[in-house]
Amino acid sequence: MAIYSTNEFKAGLKVMLDGDPVSILENEFVKPGKGQAFNRVKFRNLKTGRVIERTFKSGDTIESADVVEVEMQYLYNDGDSWHFMVTDTFEQHAASPQAVGEAGKWIKPEDLCTVMLYNNVPLSVTAPNFVTLRITETDPGIRGDTASGGGKPATLETGAVVRVPLFVEQGELIKVDTRTGEYVSRVKE
Amino acid sequence: MDWRPSASLAALRQRAVILARLRAFFAARGVWEVETPILGASCASDPHLQAVRLADSPRTPRYWQTSPEAHMKRLLAAGSGAIYQIYRAAREGERGRLHNPEFTLLEWYRPGFDPPALIAEVDELVRTALADGPPLASSTILSYREAFRRHAGLDPFTAGVPEFKDRLATVGVSLAAGIDGLGRDGWLDLVMTHCVAPHLGRGGPCFVTEYPASQAAMARLLPGEPPRAARFELYLNGVELANGYHELTDAAEQRARIVQDLAWREAHGLPAVPVDEALLGALAVGLPDCAGVALGVDRLVMLAMGADTLDAVLAFPVERA
Repeated sequence: MAIYSTNEFKAGLKVMLDGDPVSILENEFVKPGKGQAFNRVKFRNLKTGRVIERTFKSGDTIESADVVEVEMQYLYNDGDSWHFMVTDTFEQHAASPQAVGEAGKWIKPEDLCTVMLYNNVPLSVTAPNFVTLRITETDPGIRGDTASGGGKPATLETGAVVRVPLFVEQGELIKVDTRTGEYVSRVKE
Repeated sequence: MDWRPSASLAALRQRAVILARLRAFFAARGVWEVETPILGASCASDPHLQAVRLADSPRTPRYWQTSPEAHMKRLLAAGSGAIYQIYRAAREGERGRLHNPEFTLLEWYRPGFDPPALIAEVDELVRTALADGPPLASSTILSYREAFRRHAGLDPFTAGVPEFKDRLATVGVSLAAGIDGLGRDGWLDLVMTHCVAPHLGRGGPCFVTEYPASQAAMARLLPGEPPRAARFELYLNGVELANGYHELTDAAEQRARIVQDLAWREAHGLPAVPVDEALLGALAVGLPDCAGVALGVDRLVMLAMGADTLDAVLAFPVERA
């Protein structure tokens, strides 16, 4: 396991803190001209998503976390777990609903997702930035209204609910930005 | 690497304006500008300052000086009188919002001055340099003890580690396990940087005086209790801007402090550095009674620009150097 010193800390580095894998968000170097240097570091706990702050004596070390991000294809959900596969090795991983989290609202089989593995177990899943999904339910559209600022809720085939413009119809395919959960456009079939 | 400067050209021009003002300030006072070596055969023994050492000099080491202090004191001992220098210093491993491994120091020495006289001059200089900005509130002078009492609610001379920990916890500072290895001065530095300093000099210069004797560095000690040193620092808007001393002139005491530093270095696995016999030789012959101060020019320009990071006023910080 690699060891990192505070002077190697930078945003995105994955390390162990209090027994959990964390990602460094910010590292502030603080030092009186004549005196001890410190690093005030902000971390995100990769299991819980919580942000933690910790002050280190500069030069102190911390263990790296065995965390890798791998692109995988989503296969199916068996009711307990979500199953993913690395397409070039056919290696499969089962992710807990907690690990899948929000991504579960957007993905359907064959979508390529980023799966973060901690000690080879899925820790979190990131959906593709944009997904194309069919509207399974929404109020009838108002024809010709392509400019109205209003909107209406639409339920998608994955169960997610997004706001769509009034002219969008049930049964249509739409493109959604999964990072914001917002409608982007209609998609022609 | 990005080829462009990280500072705006406006910030770099403001730097030039300020440098010209600093030189005019000293010219008007008869303090003359000197230049001393970047590379020296020795370097500061202070265990918290790591000098950059040239790699190809195993027999006769060459160190990029962390400040021009030793060489300027040799000039003072040679009879220079009042002198100043605008110097490019380097300190290994120092990089952050307020740090760049190489930086510009304004350092000056005033024979016959005591700390109050030098504090008055520093105050005037800072006001001159920042003349274009919003007016500064009147200056305050606070002892180290009073600064801690006021902003950390504890007495730095009597409080123990549990009180330091309590105070840090109160302001939401959570400590990594390695912090427990800190010595008493380390804890004081921790409370100073996390609890006290951010409040100092809001709107106007704040001079912190009478540091604990254990943090005397190259300042002489004050008589009386608790043991304190004739050292001061200037804070402006929470930024540490200058550090000054009523200079230690006693060669034996100076040697003892270097020996103590070297022992600390050895105990903490830091590289040993050669004892600066040239400085000790100068002190043995006689350093005039004087006060001296070093001021961070980059930070001064940063404050003049209303910026909150050095990168806003450095042409090429280390990542672009």
